[in-house]
Parts: sequence; structure tokens; C-alpha cells
Amino acid sequence: MPRKRRRVVFTVLFRGGTFAALALVLAPAAWLLASVIAKAVPHWRWNVLWTALTPTGGGLLGPILGTLILMAGVLVVAGTVGVLAGLHLAEMATPRRSGADGGTVLRMASDVLSGFPSIVLGYVGYVALVVGLHWNYSLLPAVLILSLMVVPYIAKSTETALRQVPTAYREGAEALGMATGYSLRKVVLRTASPGIVTGLLIALAIAGGETAPLLFTAEFSRTVWTGAFVHAHGFGYLTYVVYTFWDTPSKSANYLSYDAALILIVMVLVLLVVARLIVARSQRYSEGRTR
Amino acid sequence: MTAVGGAAGEAPAAPCRLDQAGRPPLRRAAGLLRSGETHAWRWGARVAVLLPLAGLLFAVVVLAVKAYPAVRVNGGTFFTGSGFKIGSTYAVTTHTAGVAHPKGSFYGAWPLIAGTLQTSVIAVAVALPVSIGCAFALTERLPAFISRPLGFAIELLAGVPSVVLGLWGVLTFGPWLARTLYPFLADHLPNVPVLDFFKGTVGHGEGLLTGGLVLSLMIVPIITATTADLFRQVPVLPKEGGEALGMTDVEVAHKITLRWVRSGIIGATALGLGRALGETMAIVLTVGAIFRLAPNAYSPMSTIAAAIATQLDSALTDGTGFAVASYAELALVLAVISVLVNLLARWIVRRTSHLGAPVGRAA
Repeated sequence: MPRKRRRVVFTVLFRGGTFAALALVLAPAAWLLASVIAKAVPHWRWNVLWTALTPTGGGLLGPILGTLILMAGVLVVAGTVGVLAGLHLAEMATPRRSGADGGTVLRMASDVLSGFPSIVLGYVGYVALVVGLHWNYSLLPAVLILSLMVVPYIAKSTETALRQVPTAYREGAEALGMATGYSLRKVVLRTASPGIVTGLLIALAIAGGETAPLLFTAEFSRTVWTGAFVHAHGFGYLTYVVYTFWDTPSKSANYLSYDAALILIVMVLVLLVVARLIVARSQRYSEGRTR
Repeated sequence: MTAVGGAAGEAPAAPCRLDQAGRPPLRRAAGLLRSGETHAWRWGARVAVLLPLAGLLFAVVVLAVKAYPAVRVNGGTFFTGSGFKIGSTYAVTTHTAGVAHPKGSFYGAWPLIAGTLQTSVIAVAVALPVSIGCAFALTERLPAFISRPLGFAIELLAGVPSVVLGLWGVLTFGPWLARTLYPFLADHLPNVPVLDFFKGTVGHGEGLLTGGLVLSLMIVPIITATTADLFRQVPVLPKEGGEALGMTDVEVAHKITLRWVRSGIIGATALGLGRALGETMAIVLTVGAIFRLAPNAYSPMSTIAAAIATQLDSALTDGTGFAVASYAELALVLAVISVLVNLLARWIVRRTSHLGAPVGRAA
């Protein structure tokens, strides 16, 4: 092929290829969404949302509440620890003598933890908490392990958000005679709050959609949560319904599994869209747009 | 109205006692409160930042302690042998190297280790070119008002719970592949080494290739987001210079943009690989979770993560606890592999860009 022709062909292939790649991702994504809806909607009953689960069918009240309770627990535990850890890494860690940012070891630990497979964390929870501490399958071990899983993510997003707060704000606060803690709360954290909240919402979406670490810490229960943190006989949540109910012989259980998948997708999408809206809103008024 | 004053016209009350800095008590209390707040933040943050480290050490110690007896008994065959046998739980317990285990127990995880690598390699091999294509389309080819919503759609894909993706994989995507793509691949691929792995019976869509493809869908958002961010950091002048010299789109992309961010893309890929290695639910549902080395690309098999998720229950039937210990060894192997891959990835990404972690958890 002549050189000129070859360049033209490559250009066309490249342009077509980039769009084909985009289509290769977006088409399955759309298909996934459409098939979840198509499986759930024909048999959808609204009372799924408020009826309890029975051995023969019923609704998903228990699992829905369970997932929300797990998310609330993660918000309290991982939210507190993660935001404070991010605060430390961004604002307080002593810089190294070389001038590099401090907290290297801690950040590294956080990275290693986020690379830990979630099923392995679940196994650790099972061995150490469920069996080791005789907590049994219940809420607390599930929340702790799930929190351990998302804390690195929250810490990282908090740290990133705090680093985007202009130094001038801190200097201004100090010049006005604010105590460090007061300026942290009133100036620095407040400015960074859109970024922090976004990170929290995404972490909640991750936690709500997770199954592997819960299999051996919460296991499952058909009953609505009775208020026990430990020594329960299992704790129900939505992803388990998706995971197990689809290949049971009972048709109504299969439908519940599709319903659970739809509810999960809606929950996660709402969280992610809200997170995105917060980012967009906060960027509208900021001086330097990042994108 | 002042803090100590009375009604108008009344003589001011006796001056209150001032502290050493000359502040009245209320101010002083406020000052204490403020410095107390500073201390509270500082100590709270100090404690909080140690908790992930503590949790990590705790997890590693638990795994190591649990796995130690299994490591002593299983030895090297754990990595080369094939098959998990709990052994006879009713018969006599035997002792090897001072560790009690049921007679006839055998643990060889080679099929699981190989399966983990196979699914992950397929996932990365498919996801990498697709992600780079997407990143080019999003950053260079499409106007912002189209690329922004599309980029967000890809981000949303990263948020889809893996178990939902797995359900779709086993109910819809897998069977469709087995009807359309797999017969085509099996018929038309040449019978040469590596590719002959794709010959043979295609099954019903539960197997290695389905798992790999579903995994690739999970890691595409990670690699795309990172790569697109890297592309945005490539300065515009070299690219314009290339075009001014008469380079085509491909040549600019290949010789300037890609070369500029090459190591960053390697890092992003490793990050996706780390995620693929540790993924459980999508794999459990789509690969069939059968303990064996896949004879061809379409056959049901299992990975380390899937084996832990599906088999730990039956491991509990071993009264000596040796099966649970062997699963601890399995978990340890998985953790070591994916942590190493992740650290490598983060090290490369951090060295080559000013990004923190890209979207999503890495595992």
C-alpha cells in the first residue's frame, strides 16, 4: 500500500476505533440497565417495599432496611474515621525533613488496605469477629469489616478535598486570630465539605453494593433487624437476595432477586448522581474549574 | 448589653477578676474551649489515622496466624497440587508436623491460582484497548457537551454493584455469548498455540471467558477514568506541534499523547488488574464456580476469591479446623498477590502523575 493511502486508512481506523470502543462499553452498560429493568418491572409490586420476607416469598422490607442500616453504620464508623484520617494526612502530618508531605507510612497503609480483596476482609471478619469473639453473624462485625473496606477511600477523597482549599483561607483565619481547631471547623472543613460529602456518598454506594465481605460476617436473615448488634442469627441485606434467590426453584423468590437488583441499582445511581450534582454545584462557584 | 453590666444608669459592677492574659472569665473559658477544640481535632485525627493501619495489621496477623498450620502441612504442593479434599471427617485425625488434620486431607490450589490469573488476564487484555479508545474518544474526539455525560455514564458503570453485574452475566450476557460470539470464535480461530485454547465446545455461557468479559466491564471504568485524566494532562503544545508538522491523528496519538503518559497507563492497568484479581461476586456467578483447571476458554472453573466465597461453609465441617486454616492460606495468597499488584500500580501512577487514586476502590 502506498504510504499516503496507509496513513489515511490508519486515521480512519483510529477514529472509528475510538468510537467503537466507546460503544463497546456503553452498549453493555445500557443493556445491563435495560435487562435489570425488564426482568423486574413485569412482576413489580409496590408492596415489595414494605412487606417482610417469608420463606415462600413476601417482600423485601428486611433486606432493604438491612442495607440502609449497614450504610448508616458505615457512615458513622467509616465516615468519622475516614474524614479524621484524611484531615490528619492533609493538615496535620508533619512534613518530612526532605520537604515531602508527611504521613507516608500511614498513606501507604491506607493504599495497601484498599488493595485488599474484599472477600479476604470478610474472611478475617469471620475468623476474628464472628467466631473469635463469638459475635455470631450479626450487624456489628458486618459494619466493622465494611468500614475497614471503605475507610481508605473516604480518607483519600477527604485528603484530596482538603488539599484543594486555598492556603490563603487558612492564613486569613489565622490572621483573624482564630484558634486552629475553630478555623478547621469554620473555614477549612466548610470549604472542603462538597468534596468530603461526595466522597462519603460514593463510599456509601460502594458499601451498599458490596456482598463478598458480608457473606461471612452478616450471612443472612429473613427477619427485620431486631436491634441486636452482636449475637444475632444473621442479618439481611439486598445484595444477598440478588446473589442467592435467582436460582431457587420458587418463582416468587426469583422475582424478589430481580426486584432487589433493581432497587440496588436505583439506590446506587441516586447516590452517585447526588454526588455528581454536589460536585457540579460547588464547581459553579469556585474560581478555578478543574474540568 | 455587656456580659457584666446591669440596667442603664446603674454604676458598673465591680470589675471581675482577670486572668494573667488580662481576660475576663467568660473569654478565658471560651479560650480554653477553643484550644480544647484544637486539641480534640488533633488527637481525634491522630487516632483515626492509625485505625486503618491497625485494621490492616490486624487482618494480616489474623490471616498469618490462621494460615500457619496449613502452610506447615501443605508446603509446596499447595501451589502445584490440584484439588481440595477435606478428608474423612469421621475417621481418625492424623498429625503432620504437629498439626492435626483429618486423614486423607489434601490441599492443592493450582487450579484456583491459575483461574484467578486467567480471568484477570482476559479482563485486562479486553479492557485495556477498549479503555484507551474510550479515553481518546472522551478527551480528544468528542465535544464537551457529549463527552461529559458519556464519561459520567462510564463512571456510573463503576458504581453498579458487582453482584448485579454477575446476575446479568449469568442470566443474559453469558447465554447470549454462548449463542453468538463463542461458536464464531470456536469455529474461526486458527488452531495455533494460545488461540487453540478458544477451540472446543462452547457450553452454555457459564465459564472462564464469560467471567473474564464481565470482569473487563468492571475494570474499564477504572482504566478509562485514569487514562482520560492522564490525557488531559498532556500539554497541548507538543500535540499542536505534531499537527503542524503534518502528523495525522493516529501519529499524534501514538507518538505524542500515548508516549507522554505511557507509564501512567501501565499503572492504571495494574490498578485494574488488582481489582480483577480480588473480585468475587461477579466471578462466582458467571464462571460456574467449579474447582478445576479450565480445559478451554468456555468451560466452568473457579478462582481463589470465588472458592473462598462458595466453599468456606463446607470447610466448617472439618472438626480439626484444618480446612479453615487452608482457606486462610488461600486468602493470604490472594491478598499478597493483589496487594503487590496494587502497590506497584499506585507507585507507578503516583510517580507519573499528580493524581491520587482514580475512581472506585481498587479491589
